[in-house]
Amino acid sequence: MARNILVVGELVEGALSPTTAELLGQSTRLVDGGSVAVSLMGSGASGAASSAFEAGADKAFTNDDSSYDQYNSDHWVNAVEAALDGVDAVLVAQSSVGRDIAPRLAARQNTAAAMDCINVTDDSGTLKVTRPAYGGNALAEYSFAASPAVATVRAKAFEVIEPRSGASGATVELPAAGESRTTIQGRELAEAVGLSITEAPVVVSGGRGLGGPEGFEQVEALAAAFGTSRAAVGSSRAACDLGWYPVSQQVGLTGKVVTPDLYVAVAISGASQHMAGCSGSKMIIAINKDPDANIFQNSKYGIVGDYKAVLPALIEAVKAVS
Amino acid sequence: MHFVVCAKQIPDPETPPSAFKIDEATNSVVPAQGFQPVLSQFDGIAAEAALRIKEAAGDDTKITVLSMGAESAQAAIKQVLAMGADEGVLLQDDAFDGGDSHATATVLAAAIQKLGDVDAVFCGRQSADWDMGQVGLLVAEALGWPVAIIAKDVQIADGTMTTTRVLADGFETLTQPIPAVVTVSNEFGEPRYPKLQQIMQAAKKTVTTMTHDDLGLDPGNVGAAGSRLKLERLYVPASDTQVELIEGDTPEEQAKNLVAKLVADKLF
Repeated sequence: MARNILVVGELVEGALSPTTAELLGQSTRLVDGGSVAVSLMGSGASGAASSAFEAGADKAFTNDDSSYDQYNSDHWVNAVEAALDGVDAVLVAQSSVGRDIAPRLAARQNTAAAMDCINVTDDSGTLKVTRPAYGGNALAEYSFAASPAVATVRAKAFEVIEPRSGASGATVELPAAGESRTTIQGRELAEAVGLSITEAPVVVSGGRGLGGPEGFEQVEALAAAFGTSRAAVGSSRAACDLGWYPVSQQVGLTGKVVTPDLYVAVAISGASQHMAGCSGSKMIIAINKDPDANIFQNSKYGIVGDYKAVLPALIEAVKAVS
Repeated sequence: MHFVVCAKQIPDPETPPSAFKIDEATNSVVPAQGFQPVLSQFDGIAAEAALRIKEAAGDDTKITVLSMGAESAQAAIKQVLAMGADEGVLLQDDAFDGGDSHATATVLAAAIQKLGDVDAVFCGRQSADWDMGQVGLLVAEALGWPVAIIAKDVQIADGTMTTTRVLADGFETLTQPIPAVVTVSNEFGEPRYPKLQQIMQAAKKTVTTMTHDDLGLDPGNVGAAGSRLKLERLYVPASDTQVELIEGDTPEEQAKNLVAKLVADKLF
């Protein structure tokens, strides 16, 4: 049955965010003759519409009002509501925007949102979503008893489509930003540590077992051995909460979800909430002195040992082949 | 002022994966032997945020803790009372069972309206069982109040709530008029441990119980009947990973052997 899907798009410095393109790609696989629409708001929105058409959108709702550049919940909810006519499903990234806007849109539409989905599928005409629960120990599959279905989706859950070069579509102007009860007093960017952990092909992370912030020097040295243009440094929530490493580098359910080719977990026990952030990695290797640590259940290779002894040796061995 | 803290009792998230079982016939978690249900950790942090504002104000601000759940959820309420909250309300009714985030928020919002004079609602950023992270937002929508999610700092004074939110790449500070809802994240800090004397005092406090009748709610709008999200299947994903522990007489040998595996797997 044909279904119309709206992707709530996000722009990064005026360009389509990677996850927006992924959601558009999956939407083309789900519409079954219906149409794919995208909403794009903020500086550069109408310019980014052409990328959205190439990524799978048939129609773009845009507004270039720079008031939309910084996400303001009331502004965005009110604008996106104007794009929901005839829409059967709304897909949003599980981002700072998605976590906020999806439940509010669902409430306004008397429907439901499923958060942090890893799959959105068509099951004989019924839209179904799959998401981790119980810190990743379980998977839960849902259908919707109300329409439109709203779902937030993890980054890299879906492949983009082959770009439809030169594709075009209809463009509809969204209303300019109206009233908001929220005043944004200021934003500060978190301290960035090297490559973005969500983009790097190798992520080396440290946990509580490091015993202190100085343990991250070894973790950083191992990442550097893989190459600073290739490897990023992550941290478990426990290590961030202890103030050992910046929150921006946190891997896990309440931090970032990473999907590198190689994830190296150093002195991380592998609590399910951490695994929820790294289990999509192509390969996980673990270094931990506790042979019963849960991290080994999820790893391809492991070294049982104290990181203080293992890491210096591993740094040299990696340097020798990098 | 009058603050509400929403508290949920959940299966202990520290339950090791090996003890985690699901009854696929009922799509529910089988309680693990030897693990007591606990207060969802983010809700404890939300309570801490409310208590710190009350203490800084040094006035007669009242904190009411609300929990929707079974009789056992009294323990979660008592824990927040022991931390320093003033009153507890258990929203307990068979009609509330099996509710999704929307159905849960409907009950909590009705209770907040019944309390009548609430200035701010504090929720955890997400429950540490289902991890949806939307009840706070849905309570705010049901009440028509502004909401700030994933806060690492909250202040309330002179009719304004000021929050610093954790974003993917940084932080932002917002001001909103109260009444308002805030959801609090782990970056806020650790909740306090109640002292023995506070635990004993909390044990003696009476927790009020409210049902759908007390809240004027139609049973068809709450619990499983009022849910818009249908759980079709809950299961433990099959794990196909078998770890290969790297041998070696010295760390140097282990490291070389591991890197040889990575080279063979074309990671260099």
